[in-house]
Amino acid sequence: MAGNEMDSLRQIFFQECEEQLAELESGLLEIEGGGQDPEIVNAVFRAVHSIKGGAGAFALDELVRFAHVFETVLDEVRKGRLDPAGAVVEVLLRSADVLADLVRVARDGGSVDAERIRAGTDELAALSGTPVATDDAAEEESVEDLGFTPVAVAFPTFDEVPAEPEPAVFEYTVTFKPHASLYASANEPAVLLRELGRLGEMTVACDTSALPALGEIDPEGSYLAWTIDLKTTQTEDDVRAVFEFVDGDCDLTITANNGAAPSAEDADFEALLRSIREAPVEVVAEADEPVAAEPIIADAPVVLQDLAVAVADIAPKAEAPKTEPKAEKADRAEKSDKAAGGEAAQQTIRVDLDRVDRLMNLVGELVINQAMLSQRLGEAGLARSSEFATGLDEFEQLTRDIQEGVMAIRAQPVKSVFQRMPRLVREVAAATHKKVRLVTEGEGTEVDKTVIERLADPLTHMIRNAIDHGLEKPEHRIAAGKREEGLVRLSASHRSGRIVIDIADDGAGINRTRVRAIAEEKGLIPANAQLTDDEVDNLIFLPGFSTASTISDISGRGVGMDVVKRSIQALGGRVSITSRPGHGSTFTLSLPLTLAVLYGMVVTVADQTLVVPLTSIIETLKPKPGDIHGFGGESRVIALRNNFIPLVDVGRELGYRNHSTDPGAGVALLVESDGGAQSALLVDGIQGQRQVVIKSLEANYGRVPGIAAATILGDGRVALIVDVDAVVAGSRNGGSPESVLALAG
Amino acid sequence: MSKTILTVDDSRTMREMLLLALEDAGYHVLQAEDGIKGLEVLQDKRADVIITDINMPRLDGFGFIEHVRRDTSHRAVPILVLTTESDAEKKSRARSAGATGWIVKPFHPVKLVDAIRRVSG
Repeated sequence: MAGNEMDSLRQIFFQECEEQLAELESGLLEIEGGGQDPEIVNAVFRAVHSIKGGAGAFALDELVRFAHVFETVLDEVRKGRLDPAGAVVEVLLRSADVLADLVRVARDGGSVDAERIRAGTDELAALSGTPVATDDAAEEESVEDLGFTPVAVAFPTFDEVPAEPEPAVFEYTVTFKPHASLYASANEPAVLLRELGRLGEMTVACDTSALPALGEIDPEGSYLAWTIDLKTTQTEDDVRAVFEFVDGDCDLTITANNGAAPSAEDADFEALLRSIREAPVEVVAEADEPVAAEPIIADAPVVLQDLAVAVADIAPKAEAPKTEPKAEKADRAEKSDKAAGGEAAQQTIRVDLDRVDRLMNLVGELVINQAMLSQRLGEAGLARSSEFATGLDEFEQLTRDIQEGVMAIRAQPVKSVFQRMPRLVREVAAATHKKVRLVTEGEGTEVDKTVIERLADPLTHMIRNAIDHGLEKPEHRIAAGKREEGLVRLSASHRSGRIVIDIADDGAGINRTRVRAIAEEKGLIPANAQLTDDEVDNLIFLPGFSTASTISDISGRGVGMDVVKRSIQALGGRVSITSRPGHGSTFTLSLPLTLAVLYGMVVTVADQTLVVPLTSIIETLKPKPGDIHGFGGESRVIALRNNFIPLVDVGRELGYRNHSTDPGAGVALLVESDGGAQSALLVDGIQGQRQVVIKSLEANYGRVPGIAAATILGDGRVALIVDVDAVVAGSRNGGSPESVLALAG
Repeated sequence: MSKTILTVDDSRTMREMLLLALEDAGYHVLQAEDGIKGLEVLQDKRADVIITDINMPRLDGFGFIEHVRRDTSHRAVPILVLTTESDAEKKSRARSAGATGWIVKPFHPVKLVDAIRRVSG
């Protein structure tokens, strides 16, 4: 087998391992949660079993050994001999972690702590009630030098007989009388005899004395027996091995009779076999309607095969059609759909991500192109009802469909990230001596693959934080009248075109006095700074802030919440925090579903063209002068349906002008920002709605507060995309959108 | 005329491994990912030998073999059971279901071809 084939097999194996490990973990968690469905246990068993099977083929002995012990225990569970309650399922979950590590090490190199494997093995062995002698059992299956080695293997042709140097010749007499059950399992004496013939020289005698008259033959019966004299260099065990599959389905005796004279009637066995094989084909070729023979074949294949052997021995002219013509027909049929190849049921394909991305980029260009065409059409003064215009409308619709199709390819459920978290929680809980229950919700929520990939690190960090800093020690929880077991809730949902992920704990909440003290001590805020609770909470996102008095191994690691915040911002997302002392904290991540396009409202602000993401806009309204109320300096609110909503002058916030405009001359966009609060963005006018392709501003220019990204409009101009939340937050803080950070400076 | 082998296994790794080894040995290969799919394939295709796994979702190896043996058009097709269990219980269950022989995983390609020859000539 060629090296690249081995590589691709390995790749398939490890991909499959990942799937099996995920299946294993989710199954075990379901069992932990009280799942009773036996199919869950079966699936869990199969997962470990499959990993073991594949690992054996790659001679990953350590993995095989552990999987074997694991599988033995799961088999006990499967057979109902072991109740997967409390402590047992905990052992199983820990074992799943060890197994995952062994797989990872097998793939990426390195080593797993031998003590951990030993401890895991012992724990499992204790459950299955078997001593750790299980090593030997696995050894027997895996190490037998049957590893799938990456070298070209020459397959022997069927006629090759192994040649041994200077062999001793043994003589055996074999008697062989099949039972009916031998035929029932599709074994065939002719094949077995031929196998025997490969071992050396032999003479075959068929005993047909038990064969009744044709009318009395039971199609399922067995009437023939054979006596074979064999001269071979092989041992008796080798001879017996030929009959391995039919052991118990026949009467078999093997007698070694060395020194006995070779039989006088030396038949040419190959010729005999050839006659067996060829005779039926000849008969069928002579028949007018070979197809008509099929029902008979189907009804009595067993006895006909019997007859084929017997009759060929006696009189090679007998009518004994076999199934060959049908075989040829079927073979032709299969050749015709060769395209299907070896794949009978392929439901998914794996595509190189680069190809999808290339497609995605091209679609982005297509969108821009289409927008330009529309623009030109408008400029050329063609009527909206002209054929050009309707054609272009269809083009636009198609472009959108293609784009959605491509984006759907990249969309994946967040499950792949979420399912890594239970293990993390177990590890952190063990390291911090806390009891933690993780609840995940909305695992099916889909988001772009890139977003998912880049979510893993921030989420990992935030969950660590939630357990390490958020949850109290069990004794403190009990003292506070809470359940001993802390709760961490990880949930995902779609909200106004974004994915929102909450990480909530029911711990002590943020200790604001302490956070303030630390921030002051580290010089992050002036000693007399007037801060709201929200502002204090947000201090933890400042670079260099860490509340742990000693850097713990868990959430230390040199990164703080500022890194989390920055990595989320780099994805066009935001992090916010709400905390209630004594009741816990909730971190909320809000991220765009895709990093490629957005539907936006194109607006004019101080002669600039800006794009406001449509997903943040609830409604647009034309403010009447009477609805606007000023209070405290420059702050203004707009009265809307008995509500007062802060009015944010976008032009002023973004620094396009340093005076407020007349609200009556502009348009207000009612938006919802972080935490669900509403604000009204004041712009000078609306140009229209458009789908725009997002071009990163950071990659091409630099980060600009209040601006999320840029895009190219239909007329080729660059327009900035407004970061609504940042602009709103900036206006609330009465300064630049980054005022909290500015405070730190 | 190359023989057609149907492989039934829920593990993609194993299916791929069998495919490579069998095609290298000159066989034509059909694939199915569990017992139900295996029976579906046999509805309109013919196999000279079937190689099946035991532990599979939906319909396991035992059930699959029993179904094949009940179907008159395939009842005489040799079936090899592919499994890591070398224990006697699995073998005897497979045999009473109608398996012709077995291959113990992990298998060397030569042993695989050997087993096929031993049941189909």
